[in-house]
Amino acid sequence: MLYLIIFTPIVSALLILLGAPARKMALLGSVFVLALTLLAFVFFQPSSRYPFQYNSSISVLPDWKLNFTIGLDGLSLVMVLLAAIVTVAAVWFTGAIEKYEGGFYACLLFISGGAIGAFASLDLFFFYAFHELALIPTFLLIGIWGSGNRSAAAWKITIYLAIGSFILLLGLILLYESIPAEARTFEIAKLKTAAASLPPDAQKNIYLLLLIGFGILVSLFPFHSWAAEAYASAPPPAAMLHAGVLKKFGLYGLLRLALPLVPVGAQHWTWLLVLLLLGNIIYIGLVTIAQKKLDWMLGYSSVMHMGYIFLGFASANVLGLTGAAVLMFAHGISIALLFAIAGEVRKRTGTLDFEELGGLGKVMPFAGLAFGFGVFAAIGLPGLANFAGEIMIFFGAFSTNWELNRFHMFQVATVLGLWGVVISAVYMLRAYRRVFMGPINDRDKNVIDLRRSLRLPVTLLIAASVWIGFFPQSFVQRIAPTFRSYFNSSASR
Amino acid sequence: MTNGSLPWYILLLPLGSAAAINFVTRRSEPLSSFISVAAVLASFVCSYLLFRQPDLSAAQVTWIDFPGIFTVPLGFSLDGLSKTMLLVVTGVGALIHIYSLGYMRNEDGQSRYFAALSLFMFAMIGIVLANNFVMLFIFWELVGFTSYVLIGHWFDREAAAEAAKKAFLTNRVGDFGFMLGILMIWMPTRSIVFADIVTAMPQSGLTPGYLTIAALLIFCGAAAKSAQFPLHVWLPDAMEGPTPVSALIHAATMVAAGVYMLVRVAFIIQASPDALTVIAWIGTITAVMAALIATQQNDIKRILAYSTLSQLGYMVMAVGLASNEAAMFHLFTHAFFKALLFLGAGSIIVMLHHEQNIWKMGGLARNLPITFLTFAIGALALMGCPPFSGFFSKDAILALAYEHNPWIFAVGLFTAFLTAFYVTRLLVVVFLGKPRTAEAQDSDEAPFVMTGPLITLAAFSALAGFAFFAQPFLVLPHETEVNVVVPGLAILAMVGGVGLGFFLYRNRQSERFDIALLRRRFYVDEFYSWLIDSTQEALARLSAFIDRWIIDAGAVRGASNGAWGAGALLRLVQVGNLQAYVFLFGLGIVVLIYFTVFH
Repeated sequence: MLYLIIFTPIVSALLILLGAPARKMALLGSVFVLALTLLAFVFFQPSSRYPFQYNSSISVLPDWKLNFTIGLDGLSLVMVLLAAIVTVAAVWFTGAIEKYEGGFYACLLFISGGAIGAFASLDLFFFYAFHELALIPTFLLIGIWGSGNRSAAAWKITIYLAIGSFILLLGLILLYESIPAEARTFEIAKLKTAAASLPPDAQKNIYLLLLIGFGILVSLFPFHSWAAEAYASAPPPAAMLHAGVLKKFGLYGLLRLALPLVPVGAQHWTWLLVLLLLGNIIYIGLVTIAQKKLDWMLGYSSVMHMGYIFLGFASANVLGLTGAAVLMFAHGISIALLFAIAGEVRKRTGTLDFEELGGLGKVMPFAGLAFGFGVFAAIGLPGLANFAGEIMIFFGAFSTNWELNRFHMFQVATVLGLWGVVISAVYMLRAYRRVFMGPINDRDKNVIDLRRSLRLPVTLLIAASVWIGFFPQSFVQRIAPTFRSYFNSSASR
Repeated sequence: MTNGSLPWYILLLPLGSAAAINFVTRRSEPLSSFISVAAVLASFVCSYLLFRQPDLSAAQVTWIDFPGIFTVPLGFSLDGLSKTMLLVVTGVGALIHIYSLGYMRNEDGQSRYFAALSLFMFAMIGIVLANNFVMLFIFWELVGFTSYVLIGHWFDREAAAEAAKKAFLTNRVGDFGFMLGILMIWMPTRSIVFADIVTAMPQSGLTPGYLTIAALLIFCGAAAKSAQFPLHVWLPDAMEGPTPVSALIHAATMVAAGVYMLVRVAFIIQASPDALTVIAWIGTITAVMAALIATQQNDIKRILAYSTLSQLGYMVMAVGLASNEAAMFHLFTHAFFKALLFLGAGSIIVMLHHEQNIWKMGGLARNLPITFLTFAIGALALMGCPPFSGFFSKDAILALAYEHNPWIFAVGLFTAFLTAFYVTRLLVVVFLGKPRTAEAQDSDEAPFVMTGPLITLAAFSALAGFAFFAQPFLVLPHETEVNVVVPGLAILAMVGGVGLGFFLYRNRQSERFDIALLRRRFYVDEFYSWLIDSTQEALARLSAFIDRWIIDAGAVRGASNGAWGAGALLRLVQVGNLQAYVFLFGLGIVVLIYFTVFH
């Protein structure tokens, strides 16, 4: 089944390039994947002892012990589910494409397949290769179908992410090289055993490379300045897929590789990570307030919210890590919803400048409602998914290195992070008020609301967010065993 | 229906109504309003049944569960406090739902309005029932959200849009402190459930200083929700919402949630004498400041809003004086008479075609007799005239202050005088004298669907203070000795205020004083906008500048032009075309394969 989930998008993309009807094929493929993923989710058995399910392994190059190994634990299951949901929405939201329609849909599906493949790979080689497969179409989407200063934006994101991938690669190679030759393997599970003997100094170097490499991919401060511009220039479905899904690859990598493989390194660099993530939350939060265009504001807000996920990751306890994973899912859903609606607004009004917009709630009530869901999800309203993740992160972070009557680094970081929640309410509500509330411009009086068929993907995204918001336990019980196993094995070691 | 599921019905009926309206009956406004009213009435009936049953425990579910680390149950506190509060919330709520049928009948967006009202009932009931901090916080935020939606109901008006945003953001600032307080209590006690914290607190080694900070942080949340100084600025602006909303949310129930929460966690607050002192003084300052401002306002709803602030100040004062009974007693009576006053104001506003300036009214006693009589009962209760309900509950608080802190008592008494004064001014200007405009001249009484709730609430406002009425619902504060000094002084202050108000404003055509400091509300709003502009906005602009011209321009271009290893790689990209990107990422894989093959 997992093969189908991984390869359906890629095969659909190839079929489209060979001439299959683009939109129909893409919709069919992505809905099929979503249905399969939901089945995988329902039949997943949470277990600390056997975290990976739906396993499969094919030997590719036996001489070099290279296997195509796949499987899902709670963490990757949730990420694949996120990818499947956002892909359906992104494909559905793709409107009329004027040039190379097939290419556009194929790119979307390649991103989706690459992301799913990376999340499901249990082998370092394919983990990296699938991500590269997903990155290339991102640049094509921005460079060919983007808007505004698209070629500059495409270049910038290329340079940035290339450097990020390169540093990441150096880190992975260093990791591989540091392990005694006879124990070398690409299999992540075996790597963990092999890496346990790594000396602290090697761990520190490896972790730093991984942190910066993955960090650049996730727009960790100060490596963030590719993000807002790229998302503003990208066609909305590309922004949905990248900000919603592909960007999470970096965080996923940190959770999957960096923390369990080089825990001593992670411990050593915690101070740096906390400093940088506060840059994401406070500094980027302030930058977001100063934005004058909706798409830039959304781009920066997505950078800012990465700070919370990093906070959960940095706290390195089951509560914080699970919160980070839930928030990765939640953020992916909400940012996809926001970019989708923003794209529709631009399509109808021709602008996303706050100065030129206003009162659209009157003529686009459904879009206003949907955007409102996205806004309130993003600022952590209970009942929507983001709140569930954030509360676990805050409780997890606050309990790290706790001492009565003394506030240490994590307590201070939690305080500042909580203030960040105020900051994000400021810019989100300001944007909502500028775009959808207040009196409407004469120019926009005849704007029409989202057509009926587009309401389905919007409802899908909202339903996903409400589901986790009301029943976070359905995620927690699947994700938590993975992280619990990190600490159990390190205790027994 | 089994006993254990009763609280779930009370909680979930309004949620079901909100969902049904949003997803099914959105297009049919009469059906939407019917569902909403039916849901709240059913909740009220269930609350009454619950109230009649002495011992009840409800099934609880788990929302988030990390065994041994962090567990958030959704469970209920079912005690006298919550049962009475449920009756008040659903009872007043039901009356205001019915009244809304009349008030909103010619408005657009009724479905949205009633869905939000139902959602509000759900959230408010959740606050009342919550048995732990996180669940309380969840519903606390939801209440803030519905308040945002309802204040901004007429979202195409600039003022309403701004007011909604301001309300939510001010509450967010308070919730920042609230959440921090919750975290600070959670860590040492390792629990968020109220009952468990009570048992865990003595062994958790909390020092007085720590406890004071935690208690005051929790109070931050209550201060924002109950609009206490210095987080009071959102409530007067919230009057931009429809008047029934002002009555239900911004007078009778939601703003009282802060006081209710403080009473619910009194075991934490009362453990810190310093926190109590701060809370008592904040309540006192709010009470007198709001009363002073109210004397110079001309918008009927704003006058009532400031009176709400002032009365909430009394309740917080009582909490600070460590008397839950007095605080809840005043909350109880205030819910009735303030809802009554707002609904009365609403009926005037509708009948005068949305005129809210009291100087454009006048002589309305003749045209709107039921509104006048009921409004007058509410006004007498508000100013604490015996034997109306406000007299008893305010007297209980003043007696408490008299016992504990003479300064707070003096300020409280002065506030009582001011209250009588501004309420008399309101009554005289609106109802007596001659009509000042044609609308006031030709106005008519409101329909029964609106006057019915007025009459009901008037009856409660008149009776709720008597022991025979209130006893079954509340633990009444007991006064240690029969004290004649306090009620005597209170009545004196009241009579003085009424006399002065009557003397100064009888037959006036316009305001006779112009005290800018009070009219401009002590310039607090101006100060805040200056503060925000000079800190947050300035920092935001600075950060955006740094981001654009230093981090982006400097670091990125600097790096790309630099001579380090990646420079060559970057130049390759910059001269290349799309194929170069593909090449570049292919390269990554090649490098990886290289290492695979040769090692």
